[in-house]
Amino acid sequence: MIRLSGIERVFRVGEEEVHALRGIELEIARGEYLSLMGPSGSGKSTLLNVIGLLDRPNAGRYELDGRDVTGLDDDELSRARREKMGFVFQFFHLVARLTAAQNIELPMVLAGIEPGERKQRLARLLSAYGLEARAHHRPDQLSGGQCQRVAIARAMSMGPSVILADEPTGNLDRHTGQEVMAVLERVHHGGGSLVLVTHDPEIGARAQRRLRMVDGAIVGDERG
Amino acid sequence: MRLADTLGFAWQVVRGYRARTLLILLAMGIGVAAVVAVSSIGEGARLYVVNQFGSLGTHLVVVLPGRSETAGAMPGVLIGKTPRDLTIEDALALKRSPAIRRLAPLIVGAGDVRVGARNRETPVLGSTSELMDIRHMAMAQGQFLPPGDPRHSQPVCVVGAKVATELFAGRSALGEWLRVGDRRFRVVGILATQGESLGFNTDEIVIVPLAAAQALFNTEALFRILVEAKSREQIAIAQSDIEEILRERHEGKREVTVITQDAVLATFDRILRALTLAVGGLAAISLAVAGILIMNVMLISVTQRRHEIGLLKALGATGANIRLMFFTEAVLLALGGALLGLAVGKLGQLFIGQLFPSIPFTAPWWAVIAAPLTAIGTAVLFSVAPARRAARLDPVRALSKR
Ligand SMILES: Nc1ncnc2c1ncn2[C@@H]1O[C@H](COP(=O)(O)OP(=O)(O)OP(=O)(O)O)[C@@H](O)[C@H]1O
Ligand SMILES: [Mg+2]
Repeated sequence: MIRLSGIERVFRVGEEEVHALRGIELEIARGEYLSLMGPSGSGKSTLLNVIGLLDRPNAGRYELDGRDVTGLDDDELSRARREKMGFVFQFFHLVARLTAAQNIELPMVLAGIEPGERKQRLARLLSAYGLEARAHHRPDQLSGGQCQRVAIARAMSMGPSVILADEPTGNLDRHTGQEVMAVLERVHHGGGSLVLVTHDPEIGARAQRRLRMVDGAIVGDERG
Repeated sequence: MRLADTLGFAWQVVRGYRARTLLILLAMGIGVAAVVAVSSIGEGARLYVVNQFGSLGTHLVVVLPGRSETAGAMPGVLIGKTPRDLTIEDALALKRSPAIRRLAPLIVGAGDVRVGARNRETPVLGSTSELMDIRHMAMAQGQFLPPGDPRHSQPVCVVGAKVATELFAGRSALGEWLRVGDRRFRVVGILATQGESLGFNTDEIVIVPLAAAQALFNTEALFRILVEAKSREQIAIAQSDIEEILRERHEGKREVTVITQDAVLATFDRILRALTLAVGGLAAISLAVAGILIMNVMLISVTQRRHEIGLLKALGATGANIRLMFFTEAVLLALGGALLGLAVGKLGQLFIGQLFPSIPFTAPWWAVIAAPLTAIGTAVLFSVAPARRAARLDPVRALSKR
């Protein structure tokens, strides 16, 4: 369902060109769980952003669910993102003045979903991620693990086909990290694909498919 | 994104950034309040002048002999020659018009007024009993000229207060005789001090019956005919009736000029209205300043909130969504500021009204509508740049730690 071929991403920094991605060839099937590891600066986040339609490659072709999305304009990309992609970030990225419930609701609000329908989905998400008691708390009143659960619930609110998580446990202690991983994997069991960027080999090893990146290129692709 | 949600989101932002919201509300409020207060002072001045004129008898129509080329000139400023005189018969014929309540023919001259050995040169007015009501004159003592046929006269007169004290030197003038030229008149009334009327100081005049003045100055010609219409609405009818009747009597020639005080008043009204508009416009400049403040604050806000904006885009917000959010926020702030400003302006107006109770301060309707609309307009206009900057933010860079 995701097919990348010949993807290049070049950043210009002053006179210099930084090749963040070089000649990426990658296919991800529906429902796949894959981890992406590699040294700092190897292009993991950049690849995730390209897959998540947040960033455009300089060259190459990206097919999503059989449709070429390489040439979409900003608004088409926005709509494709909210229909198909769910993001989970290292720094949670919750809106500080909104409550947990309002944060979870945000993608549905942006998509213009009816308030009635929103309430139903919100109730399901709050109970699925064990956040009912925290629904009306603001992010600064929540623990790191709870914040990340809110972020995951938010990523799931539009029923995406791909969840993209960039070091979701990077800001959490080991125990909470395990908890969050369990939640993410449950999402994957629900049928969506999960792409996980991590520095933690133990966490990376839990995925069925493990990619390794060095210097903007995919150098390893293990399964099983 | 639904409109209600956009509104709700903007409301959250407005509530979330208290200091910023207060600052903008204050700037907008001051602008709107300034427009309302300043324009209500102008409007108050206008109404004051109009009312003052009204109390002088706005239903007044003045008929002058001769055709004036400058219609609407003040009475007394007359350009053009007199081909044929206005007569008492002309004046009496005007009574046919149903739009006319009363009229007073007027002859003016200068007379040597003497009592015993004292004498004094004063303006002498010849008129009828109705002059008193038309000019809203009041008596200090005695009566005005007696009513009756203006073609015949009794030897009586009414004098101004200063004339009475100077000629009679402390004695009561009422009932005494005085001499104007070679004729004797008995003083039947003394005018209350009124100030200027018809260009004369009423303290310094002597009023005699019309026929007596005609004999005194040896003329049939009237200086003016003062006409009072039945109501403000009837002024125009009275004016055309007068022209019609006099044209008939003068063999179809238009030989008179008819001036309404309304025309003079209308000029004042226009000038003061323009003035109010001008000062209101000046005050509106403070709204533009408030607009620039909004733009700055919004630009800062885009920088501060770049993480949030980037996040919204990552979560599927389109550029249009983001722009609309910023406009909604600006409109909410402007609306709040406008309401605040209207309230403060109203309070200011009441306060000034307490200081000058005789002037009717009221904000003109156009200021009450235009000030908030200008506030909202400037707010939207000046948030275009910040909104566009926000909508163009690259989500990856906005979200990165860098
Ligand atoms: N916006 C940018 N402008 C310039 N260079 C960039 C930009 N984004 C990324 N890069 C460069 O591209 C390369 C890949 O960066 P990327 O963030 O994808 O690495 P990463 O594998 O996610 O690293 P880390 O593990 O530290 O998060 C790096 O050399 C980085 O400096
Ligand atoms: Mg990274």
